[in-house]
Amino acid sequence: MLFIPNMKGHRLFQFRNNSIDFIALSRFLIPSSLAAILTSLLLISFLGVNFGVDFNGGSIVEIRSKEGLADIAKIRDAVSNLGLGDIQIQMFGSEKDVLIRVEQQYGDDNSQKYALEKIISAVGKNYEKRRTEIVGPVVSSELRNAGLIAVFCSILAIICYVWFRFEWQFAVGTVFALIHDIIITIGVFVSLQFEFDLSTVAALMTILGYSVNDTVVVSDRIRENLKKYKKLKLSTVINRSINEVLSRTLITSLTTLIGLLALYLFGGHVIQDFTFTMMFGVIIGTYSSIFVLAPILEILGVKRG
Amino acid sequence: MKELTVMLYFPRWKIVLIFGVCLIATFFAMPNFFHTKTLKSWPAWLPKKQLSLGLDLQGGAHLLYSMNTNELKTNMLRNLRGDVRQRLTDAKIGQITGRISNGVKVLLSNPDDMPNSLERLRQMSQPISNSIIHVGIEKTLRVTKINDRVIHISYSDAYLKHLVTESISGAIETIRRRVDAFGTSEPNIVRQGEDRILVQVPGIENTTSLRELIGKTAKLTFHSVHPTQTISSTSQQIQGEYKSYPLAENLNEVETFYLLKEVPVVRGDQLKDARQGYDQQTNEPIITFTFNQEGARAFAKFTSRNVNRPFAILLDGKILSAPIIREPIMGGSGQISGSFTPKAANELAIQLRSGSLPADLTVIEERTVGPSLGADSISSGLLAGSVGLTAMIFITVWVYGTFGVFAVVGLIFNGMLIIAIMSTIGFALTLPGIAGLILTMGMAVDANVLIYERIREELASGKLAILAVDTGFSRAISTIVDSQLTTLSAAIIMFWLGSGPIRGFAMALSIGIFTSIFTAVTVVRLIIALWVQAERRKNRNIALPI
Repeated sequence: MLFIPNMKGHRLFQFRNNSIDFIALSRFLIPSSLAAILTSLLLISFLGVNFGVDFNGGSIVEIRSKEGLADIAKIRDAVSNLGLGDIQIQMFGSEKDVLIRVEQQYGDDNSQKYALEKIISAVGKNYEKRRTEIVGPVVSSELRNAGLIAVFCSILAIICYVWFRFEWQFAVGTVFALIHDIIITIGVFVSLQFEFDLSTVAALMTILGYSVNDTVVVSDRIRENLKKYKKLKLSTVINRSINEVLSRTLITSLTTLIGLLALYLFGGHVIQDFTFTMMFGVIIGTYSSIFVLAPILEILGVKRG
Repeated sequence: MKELTVMLYFPRWKIVLIFGVCLIATFFAMPNFFHTKTLKSWPAWLPKKQLSLGLDLQGGAHLLYSMNTNELKTNMLRNLRGDVRQRLTDAKIGQITGRISNGVKVLLSNPDDMPNSLERLRQMSQPISNSIIHVGIEKTLRVTKINDRVIHISYSDAYLKHLVTESISGAIETIRRRVDAFGTSEPNIVRQGEDRILVQVPGIENTTSLRELIGKTAKLTFHSVHPTQTISSTSQQIQGEYKSYPLAENLNEVETFYLLKEVPVVRGDQLKDARQGYDQQTNEPIITFTFNQEGARAFAKFTSRNVNRPFAILLDGKILSAPIIREPIMGGSGQISGSFTPKAANELAIQLRSGSLPADLTVIEERTVGPSLGADSISSGLLAGSVGLTAMIFITVWVYGTFGVFAVVGLIFNGMLIIAIMSTIGFALTLPGIAGLILTMGMAVDANVLIYERIREELASGKLAILAVDTGFSRAISTIVDSQLTTLSAAIIMFWLGSGPIRGFAMALSIGIFTSIFTAVTVVRLIIALWVQAERRKNRNIALPI
């Protein structure tokens, strides 16, 4: 123990003394948050969510060219007249990898399997099969329900927890923050035309967890300061609390983002969309724990005893 | 010691306990850092269990089967109708018996037969047995008098449920036998929900042949054995209509073959039922079986000619058993005795019952990952994980100096604990699982960030070093628990919703939440307490390097 050198830490993100007026800032930011939610809702309803095979049924096959780059035009020619309905073909990760998606085939339970086999033999020997997924209509509708139930239940569980631990005003603020995060994340997701599948639901739920984590830290401090500074105005207490925990919020977001960034860059394309969604969620979750929670608390007012 | 504050005071037993947990975790995590070949040369007392990899990392096939339970019920009702009609006809009761949607309807020609019919039909209803013990008072059948000429008979709900369970376990047994024949390592075959079977086979890419193998109807046949030359040790012997077949389980580890007549005496689809029971005299475990009419006739003819000679029960081309015929079996039902344990007898009964799958199995979900993608995923997961961790460690040390190093020590023990727990309980690591681990590490760092920032605040407000550390910990803990518990609730719901890889993610996240509270709060606090003690020996008024 005696040999440990005393290294002094670097004072990163220390805002304690120069108080930022978050409440005033949020007056400007609320309209942009609302605009972002509205845009997201419009995007979702016009572009539609691009459900993957998990939720829509159907099948996918990922192939990699054994020699040279993949030739999408040629693959499209080869598979377009197989009579299998809608087939989507896209590059996947690298120039050598291609993802082919086939819509749900009706008929007996082997028809999806046959459709995939037809495609694999149509693209020829130059491609190696890397991954296949076949989801039947029963499973996809079950997964869709399970996904909806899961997100709904987590929001409910979180509301209950926050309500139980804090006053109801905090619960309301948390709910708005969560809904804000989820809608905007899905909006970004839709505009990038990412595929919405089971792992997306997992990412969304993790974002929920992260966002509520941030919100709880901020709320905890507000509650503590409300007891400590009984005479101060509510908005002043909120501002002060956010300033106090700001360094923690930013440092944590930074470390988590860097971990996720490594995963995004090096983790392979299978989970790239998953990590992208999580990175976006960490940013939006940090934002909402400040700029959505604070104004709602100020408007609702908190009983101080 | 006593003058130290609550948060920084550790009795000696607690210190030993905390470091003990860390050391044990490291001990059990250790095999993962060595090559499998190196592990083989380790002494027996060292742990050797490594993290098992999920199908997305290892490559393999994942098939979800659904059993058509309606078909199963229809088949059962068809049998019931036959039995009811047979029973009443045997008692010379005139009736018309037909199938209705959920049972069998009997229309008596003469209302006077009602009491007699009811009694006879009620005798058919047996207590539901799960083949080894009789459970409860639930009966198999419900016999209801509708009016003075009409009786309804249907299977009780409990029995139908029992039937589905039995059929699923029979099907699982059949699938396992067939996949084993495929020669792959460690297939995972489990029941999922009411009527589903999940089959996961690592290392398989071509699911077409796997599906054919699983989906084909099992061939269960009863054969006569060659009159003189029964047992041989060579295969491929063909003598006239006789052919050699291997024994499913070798005698004394020697491959054994029987010469059997190729044309079967009775086929599996002529078998109506098979159950495990006990011999009334010897109390030995036996298997009782019943044929349908056709099968019963053929079997009666065969057994009366071959008393004291063996016959062979063949399943998918392998001999399950070759019992001796003790007496002619005339009634279409008989028993197989042998030196069975109750468990073996029960398994054989299930195999006989399920020989031909009781109902259609259809694939409702299939996912395969080729070995090349699996290998790519492992290497990219490892690379991403180590880069991410290194970056986190760097930031932590940069921002918090010596205290950052303490947090990193906690983080390393956290990693060891998670790896140890996951390898010991044998939970498979998936690619999303790696993402979950990274996120957990982030959350563990967050706990320390919360504490350290609080300490900095307390220092800024003019508190003395030790008091600042104490307040930092005590104030931050409730926030940490609050925030971790909310994440845990999301993780639990994810696990419950879970399918394959997502479960891996949720599992990694939940384990990580518990371990990170332990390491980030308790372990780091202990390290800091020891450090404070050492520093105070040098100087009464220590300064925090934070």
